[in-house]
Amino acid sequence: MSSAWITTRAWLLMLPLLIVMIAVVGWPMVDTVRLSFTDTRLVGTSGEYVGVANYAKLLTGSAFLGALRNTAVFAVFSVAAEMTLGVLAALLLDQQFRGRSFVRALMILPWALPTVVNAMLWRLIYNPEYGALNSLLTQLGILSEYRSWLGEPGTALWAIVAADCWKNFPLVALIALAALQAVPRDIKAAAVVDGAGAFARFRFVLWPYLAGPLTIALVLRTIEAFKVFDIIWVMTRGGPVNSTRTLSILVYQEAFSFQRAGSGASLALIVTLIVTVFAAFYIALMRRSGSRA
Amino acid sequence: MERRSLAASILVYGAAIVMSAIILAPILWLFLMSISSANDLSAQPLHWWPQTLDLSRYGTLISLVPNSAGEAFLGSLRNSLFVSGLATLGAILVAVPSAWAVSRTPQVQWSLFAVIATYMLPPVSLAVPLYMGLAHFGLLNTITGLALVYLTILAPFATWLLKTGFDTIPQEIESAAMIDGARLDQTMRHVTLPLAKPIVATTALFAFLLAWDEFFYALLFTADQRAKTVTVAIADLAGGRVSDYGLIATGGILAALPPVLIGLVMQRAVISGLTTGGVKG
Repeated sequence: MSSAWITTRAWLLMLPLLIVMIAVVGWPMVDTVRLSFTDTRLVGTSGEYVGVANYAKLLTGSAFLGALRNTAVFAVFSVAAEMTLGVLAALLLDQQFRGRSFVRALMILPWALPTVVNAMLWRLIYNPEYGALNSLLTQLGILSEYRSWLGEPGTALWAIVAADCWKNFPLVALIALAALQAVPRDIKAAAVVDGAGAFARFRFVLWPYLAGPLTIALVLRTIEAFKVFDIIWVMTRGGPVNSTRTLSILVYQEAFSFQRAGSGASLALIVTLIVTVFAAFYIALMRRSGSRA
Repeated sequence: MERRSLAASILVYGAAIVMSAIILAPILWLFLMSISSANDLSAQPLHWWPQTLDLSRYGTLISLVPNSAGEAFLGSLRNSLFVSGLATLGAILVAVPSAWAVSRTPQVQWSLFAVIATYMLPPVSLAVPLYMGLAHFGLLNTITGLALVYLTILAPFATWLLKTGFDTIPQEIESAAMIDGARLDQTMRHVTLPLAKPIVATTALFAFLLAWDEFFYALLFTADQRAKTVTVAIADLAGGRVSDYGLIATGGILAALPPVLIGLVMQRAVISGLTTGGVKG
């Protein structure tokens, strides 16, 4: 078979996928770009070309900067906590102890729980009057009176970060655990025999195996965190006083609540741009680690 | 295996117990809320263990009485099942040939990166035109329309995962069949696909879970019982005027049951899926 035919055959086999992708991703993406330069409303009359007016208004407005700040805070703290707790949990699960496979199976539970159910569950836990957290903390004597964790701008975002972290640290743990189990057992044992301390063993024996998978997990989690919508929508809808309004929530409000499709589209493109930078980083990593993509 | 000191053993077991408690407590509490009476749930401080067992919410939500809360909730479960099933089927159909082509043809490997990039696009970047497009074709608030939109996530995801799967099937087996005179379609049907069956099944289950979990598009593109999925129903319960927290919790348990069971049964596949990077959290 000639090489030209093999290439042609590959494209023919990919044709159905290409057609679907052009219809549901390619065309909408191009149309989002077009809409972002218009003042189109979601329903009704088609809009006029307004140049970069949408972008100018967004980038100088306080809503965008506030949402960008909230998104960054959410992403940095939730991802950092998930990575740290995940690695610690993996180091624990890499030890031999009775019930280890049971604990490992437990880690699947938060992963499998739908995001919306997780958000709803934590919303109940944080409930200002009947929530489990208030009850627990007062019974332990840590808190003297009930608080509205999701109702105060000072605590709402952090409460969501904690809920997100509970769901996602097991995912990082499972990835890190798989990496740790690839470390040959005799190397681990030899390091102990040679008298290497705990930190040295982590740094020089385990870390070379962990670094690759963890970097990939880090980038993937960061991308997911920048797109965050579900958990916030169910827990606070962006409130109180916009203290948990992230970029995706802002796009939703702009394009669908206020029906300003044009300016919603321009905001969506800015979000896309940010995510694309991370995604490009991810793909570069995948390429470097060989064809395992 | 090296011997551990007593102190180290206590540390390991202590940490394992604390971690198990952290993971289990919220899930256990969700279940307890679903079977506690309203009085137990509105006590201050809470009754951690129900004084009166109340299983009535399961009856309320699993009910076929017309116009009841149960009918609406079961309807949303059915919609989720249909949307996720349809989208998974569509995604597998377009992904199998493409994934195989990418796996076997170095000349088109680069297109996989375009697929991965697509998978990472934020849904908000496509939402407005998709809304207008669905409205144009009368597909808003329909199962077909939502399933079509889910292909934006499921098709690239399935292609990616299947490609890593096809990579593990030796090309020599296919070449042998071809040399014996089998056509491409015969080779696929009798050699490759039987070998790839577990890979395709795993991919389909993951795709199904991804669709079951989806909320953003479902919130935007569905309005009532005709297409509303269970994630939207849960968000309605949590954000609406339902004052019975036990009922909200029951909805959560029922919606979480299918993915949690699939996750536990497929533990091994979940872990290997996570490590290839394709399965997201």
